[in-house]
Amino acid sequence: MTTNDFLQVGLYLVVLLLLVKPVGSYMALVFAEAPNRVTRFGSRVERGIYRLCGIRDDEAMGWKRYALAMLLFNVLGVLVVYLLQRMQQWLPLNPQHFAAVSPDSAMNTAISFATNTNWQGYAGESTMSYLTQMTGLAVQNFLSAATGIAVLVAVVRGFSRRSSLSIGNFWVDLTRSTLYVLLPLSLLIALLLVSQGVVQNFKSYVDVPVVQTTSYTETVKDAAGNALKDAAGHDVTKETPVTIQTLPMGPAASQIAIKMLGTNGGGFFNANSAHPYENPTPFSNFIEMLAIFLVPGGLCYMFGVQVGDRRQGWAILATMLVIFIPLTIGLVAAEQAGNPALHGLAVDAHASALQAGGNMEGKETRFGIASSGLFAAITTAASCGAVNAMHDSLTPLGGLVPMWLMQLGEVIFGGVGSGLYGMLAFAVVAVFIAGLMVGRTPEYLGKKIEAYEMKMASLAVLLPCALVVIGTAIAVMVPAGVAGIANPGAHGFSEILYAVSSASNNNGSAFGGLSANTPFWNVLLGICMFLARFPLAIAMLAMAGSLAAKRHVPESAGTLPTHTPLFVTLLACVVIVVGALTFLPALALGPIAESLMSGH
Amino acid sequence: MSKLLRQSFVLLLLMTVITGVLYPLLATGVAQLVFPRQANGSLIVKDGKPVGSALIGQSFTDPKYFWGRPSATTPQANNGASSGGSNLGPTNPALTDAAKQRIAALHAADPGNTAPVPVDLVTASGSGLDPEISPAAAQYQLARVAKARGLSTAQVQALLNEYTRGRQLGVLGESRVNVLQLNLALDALQR
Repeated sequence: MTTNDFLQVGLYLVVLLLLVKPVGSYMALVFAEAPNRVTRFGSRVERGIYRLCGIRDDEAMGWKRYALAMLLFNVLGVLVVYLLQRMQQWLPLNPQHFAAVSPDSAMNTAISFATNTNWQGYAGESTMSYLTQMTGLAVQNFLSAATGIAVLVAVVRGFSRRSSLSIGNFWVDLTRSTLYVLLPLSLLIALLLVSQGVVQNFKSYVDVPVVQTTSYTETVKDAAGNALKDAAGHDVTKETPVTIQTLPMGPAASQIAIKMLGTNGGGFFNANSAHPYENPTPFSNFIEMLAIFLVPGGLCYMFGVQVGDRRQGWAILATMLVIFIPLTIGLVAAEQAGNPALHGLAVDAHASALQAGGNMEGKETRFGIASSGLFAAITTAASCGAVNAMHDSLTPLGGLVPMWLMQLGEVIFGGVGSGLYGMLAFAVVAVFIAGLMVGRTPEYLGKKIEAYEMKMASLAVLLPCALVVIGTAIAVMVPAGVAGIANPGAHGFSEILYAVSSASNNNGSAFGGLSANTPFWNVLLGICMFLARFPLAIAMLAMAGSLAAKRHVPESAGTLPTHTPLFVTLLACVVIVVGALTFLPALALGPIAESLMSGH
Repeated sequence: MSKLLRQSFVLLLLMTVITGVLYPLLATGVAQLVFPRQANGSLIVKDGKPVGSALIGQSFTDPKYFWGRPSATTPQANNGASSGGSNLGPTNPALTDAAKQRIAALHAADPGNTAPVPVDLVTASGSGLDPEISPAAAQYQLARVAKARGLSTAQVQALLNEYTRGRQLGVLGESRVNVLQLNLALDALQR
């Protein structure tokens, strides 16, 4: 790694840590029980919304009602996004006259955006109308993120409330997440992105004449799609001159802002944040990377405030960083070392003042190695899934890191809300293991952890693991699954493992060579995304319901302190051991095998 | 249940209006007012007509132009309507073959140049629309461009320096050269 690689990673971490406390304190006010200066500011709009919906904001929901409201609201969102895609050809704001999306792709995309995954089997600029992007996809970017925050806030109430039957009101938590947290930050980020060159308009695509006319050759095909042959048996080819370039337009910045902030990750354009209109400069890239970790980082601090001990929040954040930093350095180092396959050729891949060097396949010049590698680690540690470089073209070990970060359960920052409630499930498992070691009833944050909590936490930890392993097994056994592979050898298996890991942890990034816009893949990944999101969230709400009803146990000599470096180490070990034991065999068949083979 | 359904429906509708209509309209309004050039695609306008975007790379194969990053978009390279990378894995023989072809094309355009080729000139960009190359990649092509145009290397170097941008804020990203802008400036020099 070069000095600048370290500088860029270091600068990012410093700025992020400086923002954790202000953002976290602000969110603590947003979700505080008592009215305060923040919630009073927007109370008019908030009350207006509740009145129109017939919502009583003082209704205290038990965990079952909270979970039901959450599920109904999200399933309704899936249906609306599905219908918008199927009917977009008849609706306004479709300047390129895109046709209806196919049923399986539309269902996959609807589930994908409602589950905060944003797996994309389609290419944005050639599939979705502006109306579908704005009122379907971008709205779900907001609402799936708000759902994640709401569920987290309810789970934290499970720890902070005592002998209570309620874990809050889903409608209020959702509305406040959207109005106070996501909307204002998105507007700010959107304008920062536009200042760097991200497009924001409602124009049709612009055709410009190119400076040099070039041409491309393609084989001529008959009506059945077979290549035509000439008398000598050679393919008939046709040369087409290229005299114009079509520039895509659209309301991109507003959608990209929430795509990053809500850890959604679904690109406005096919190339996602590698596209110069989606991420034009190194500064826009820095803003996008910050936006990914901003809310998940802030929520750790908010958690500390809400359980009445800020050290608890810092301990969770420290655990995330302990895992994140070494893996990031590993990824950047692997990419900076370059691709051995090119070493024999007359290629200069050394880093210097004049070039980034390293493995530049699938990467943009303006980002080079450091800004691409850091982005790849951030987007998969969080369940964002936006990409500014093509992960399929990462070096074998460089590609292993994002894959494993997803497989760890999206708890290293993770999705907004979902990352922290996933980490709290691991924390419950960690105190349980510590309790077994010393033979005491485990407690966490003053609540006794008993059989019911352990069942729910285990479910939350193991469900995504099971989905990845079973989903991958199905895909490699079925011809329709293997048919999607683009690259030969071990890398082909990596493409499948990556796709199922991404969907089953609600990340959404891909080894993009995989042809996943087929009925088989759309259905398999649709099921994985849905099961990874809602049953897991419901399990956590059930745990919260049980915890909220319990009394507070005063700290005693037998209590394991959960804010110490010892606990941070224990928690990090639990996360890593679960992730390593479950996935090492599969990783050995994919990236590790490829790494051993490369260079030979 | 029916009460929750009704609440879900109305809340989804209101949130769609707020986050799906009002928010993008407000963002567009402010963006068009404050950053109209950027919000509309950073178009380069010559004689009143757009000739390209400063952010979207175009294809160059003529020795008198600087060439940009290889592009894996289909059917033609730098297809603005269909962005994307090659998605070739690191050990895929097709990746090495593509690199060999690109090296051969560069050598054919500039037979005397035996320097190793900077890696960004033999690898496809992530978007397929990368507007920029590294200063090393520009330096590699400088003598060829100067010769093809009958300019001195000093003249081309001066333009190249003008269109080279360092790391943003001194630390972020990488140094780079905008290929389309540099080529347009070269054409303007000789008009």
